[in-house]
Amino acid sequence: MPHDHHDHLSPSGHPYRADDDHPLTYWQQMEIAVRELLIEKGVTTAAEINAQIDAMDARNPANGAAVVARAWTDPAFREDLLKDASAATRDMGFDIGPMKLIALENTAEVHNVVVCTLCSCYPRNLLGLPPDWYKSRAYRSRTVKEPRKVLAEFGVDLPDATQVRVHDSTADMRYVVIPARPAGTDGWDADRLAALVTRDSMIGTGLAKTPDSA
Amino acid sequence: MSAPQFMRVRADMPPGHVRTPAYLRGKTGWVERRLGPFPNPESLAYGLEGQALPLLRVRFTMAEVWGADTSHPDDTIDAEIYAHWLEPAEAPHAP
Amino acid sequence: MTKEPNTFDGRRWHDMGGEAAGPVPTDQHDFSLWEKRVDALMILASSKGHFTVDGLRRVLEDMGPEAFETMTYYERWIASVNQNLIEAGVYSTAELAQRMSEVTKRGATYGEANR
Repeated sequence: MPHDHHDHLSPSGHPYRADDDHPLTYWQQMEIAVRELLIEKGVTTAAEINAQIDAMDARNPANGAAVVARAWTDPAFREDLLKDASAATRDMGFDIGPMKLIALENTAEVHNVVVCTLCSCYPRNLLGLPPDWYKSRAYRSRTVKEPRKVLAEFGVDLPDATQVRVHDSTADMRYVVIPARPAGTDGWDADRLAALVTRDSMIGTGLAKTPDSA
Repeated sequence: MSAPQFMRVRADMPPGHVRTPAYLRGKTGWVERRLGPFPNPESLAYGLEGQALPLLRVRFTMAEVWGADTSHPDDTIDAEIYAHWLEPAEAPHAP
Repeated sequence: MTKEPNTFDGRRWHDMGGEAAGPVPTDQHDFSLWEKRVDALMILASSKGHFTVDGLRRVLEDMGPEAFETMTYYERWIASVNQNLIEAGVYSTAELAQRMSEVTKRGATYGEANR
């Protein structure tokens, strides 16, 4: 089988869901057939498909964490990121493709959280594929109406004095949240800080980890 | 800072592929920033050329969208709305 | 026999912002190879101009809420990718039909059927 290099552990360290030895489903038949037809028609090649899978596997929350940690430690970069997040992340060396990105900064006064009520738009070219809950009916339905209740389910309880800004990702832009830098991290360098930045904190459903919980 | 520019989302309910959420239709918000132009997804979805349209990020209060008795009326929702769904509007009246 | 008046107001099933729903689910799975391939086929076919992400969404929406509840995310995606490719004339329904039948004859599992 030509794709053995994909059969090891996933980026999260879990085994991939076993699909090779389960009964073939109708939709898997369709995937195989569509892929073969696209290759035979010259639309793509097997190598291009494997390269695209590898490119998506390389995109994961660690990329976003590096961006956030730099914004925490480099004021000029933070300004560039808030002005044009696509350009700033590309300048850092991340291949985000044609994605148009907006960075949203969380502070004591404002908490941003991102949802896509119409489908499941996500900054996949920076953070990788979205978590399953992001695509769920519950998250898509409730976040625009009762964001504080949804955040509480994620363990984020905000004071009334903090304004919640929900961003419904309805069209061409994608969003990454810059969580607030945790207290007790004075003097930390960007690499050490990046370990505090979780995927959920960049969606707005989490906070960055604190030094004692990291 | 200039005065906020208020816009009302058209309350139309067409069939087919559109990117304006139903819960915002008929609601008034203000322009947070202007983006685009971007090709109209309502045409792209059917394999047609999309007319280039301005795209506006519009900010709505929870009070405007869900009513004054919502738990945190000053919390907000931002959404990207294509220009043909927006009409200039007066500021919404305070409840 | 008189029918009840139709009360549909035009709001479509996928346009779910603000609707009541239960707790946000927390279970998570890693994507399997066949799911990653569907994702890659979508990105490659659309980047080469055969259809757009808007076309992908249009078919997903037209598949209706039953598909959303009973099919997995990438099962819905391959169905939509396929329909968009047929609409774009990349291959015909007959070509797909014959290839799918051929695939099923190769073996009972994904690993065996994948040449």
